[in-house]
Amino acid sequence: MGLRGRDVVSMRDLSKNDIESVLRAARKFIPVAEGKVRSNLLDGHLLALAFFEPSTRTRLSFETAMQRLGGRVVTIADPAVSSVSKGETLSDTVRMLSGYADAIVIRHPNEGAARLAAQVSDKPVINAGDGAGQHPTQTLLDLATMQERFGTLTGLRVVLMGDLRFGRTVHSLAYALTLFGATIVLTSPPSLKMPEHVRRELDSMGAHVIEEENLGRAIRTADVLYVTRIQKERFGDLAEYARVSSDYRLDPKLLEGVKDTFIVMHPLPRVAEIPKEVDSTPHAAYFRQAFLAVPVRMALLSQILTARGGA
Amino acid sequence: MRELKITPIKNGTVIDHIGAGLALDILRIVGVDSLDRDSTVSVALHVRSRRLGWKDIVKVENMELSQTKASAVALISPTATISIIRDYKVAEKRALSLPDVVKGVLKCPNPNCITNRGEPVESEFQVVERRPLALKCLYCERYVEDFLPHLAPK
Repeated sequence: MGLRGRDVVSMRDLSKNDIESVLRAARKFIPVAEGKVRSNLLDGHLLALAFFEPSTRTRLSFETAMQRLGGRVVTIADPAVSSVSKGETLSDTVRMLSGYADAIVIRHPNEGAARLAAQVSDKPVINAGDGAGQHPTQTLLDLATMQERFGTLTGLRVVLMGDLRFGRTVHSLAYALTLFGATIVLTSPPSLKMPEHVRRELDSMGAHVIEEENLGRAIRTADVLYVTRIQKERFGDLAEYARVSSDYRLDPKLLEGVKDTFIVMHPLPRVAEIPKEVDSTPHAAYFRQAFLAVPVRMALLSQILTARGGA
Repeated sequence: MRELKITPIKNGTVIDHIGAGLALDILRIVGVDSLDRDSTVSVALHVRSRRLGWKDIVKVENMELSQTKASAVALISPTATISIIRDYKVAEKRALSLPDVVKGVLKCPNPNCITNRGEPVESEFQVVERRPLALKCLYCERYVEDFLPHLAPK
């Protein structure tokens, strides 16, 4: 079963085949995303972007993806000036939009909002982030970045660093990497460890998961370091936050012992986790990762909206 | 004649075979505070049981437990049996198996979950582990292991 007409709310909505198919299509869309090749694959299609909280990067990359493929977009970019501010429920807003557009991309401050939207909408719904919940297109572009660099996901050794407790996008990434047989190394402060239930699920899938508190040791044999931001609001004690955030900062000196092909990824925006000095090293992959958002979203949109899906 | 420590009821609900010590949690589900004065509630704790060793029993007069509340009872004590009594006779038995999806019984503990934001939607949890019981919100995907404080059956 292809993706045509389907909702993408969580990574669990996608099979391994679906993911491979999106990543394959995304590679073909790179020249279109770069503006070197013109495409009108989505000519005549209309996408609704329902953004109930601010997000420049995600919204622009969806708009860019749609428009570069000849499609059009209508946007709720500021809920303060829409009917939401008059007290309309999300359910009603989404029902209305599903009457206008061919698919809906939603970003919302409440977890589970995209699942609810998918239930009430007649048209496919893509989750572009619901609160601290799911953000499947982020995971897809993370996978695309690793696959572009290494040609495969199987057998990669990926270090996940930072807030592994609350950062649910890291949980989706760990789940997806496990589908592809990657080894996962967890590096986090004790108070921000990956929750037991996530570990249990990964174990039940036959995951290779290792814990390593020392970042230097963790990255020495790794292929990828995936850095997440440690949020201040997770700490009651600011001194504790200061200590933890300085421990979980990528010291450029640590890069001296890594593999030549080793890459550093980050969903951005970064604060202090990755110092600027890392940007000029061959290991910095986070800007490429941000660029790949466009071809990956092109691939997803075309597979949901058309029969051939850019294949 | 131990059973006679609680007298038979004419009309109402008997919740038997409750795991020992869980009757007070069951009372929260029944919603004792919303009952009329003429609804006598009898509670027996730590009663000998051939099947369970020890058990609790709750009898409520003039109230028939809804299926949603019966599901909530199953969450707390899967061994419990529920009989609806009419005119001193067992008129109905409520099925008490823990379903794969629990609908409307729990309030999601995540205050930021869309089901807690005034949308016209009922909470829905998937049973992901049975022993010990763990549930996952089908909307925000939050796990709930300690769900007693979040029971909100209608």
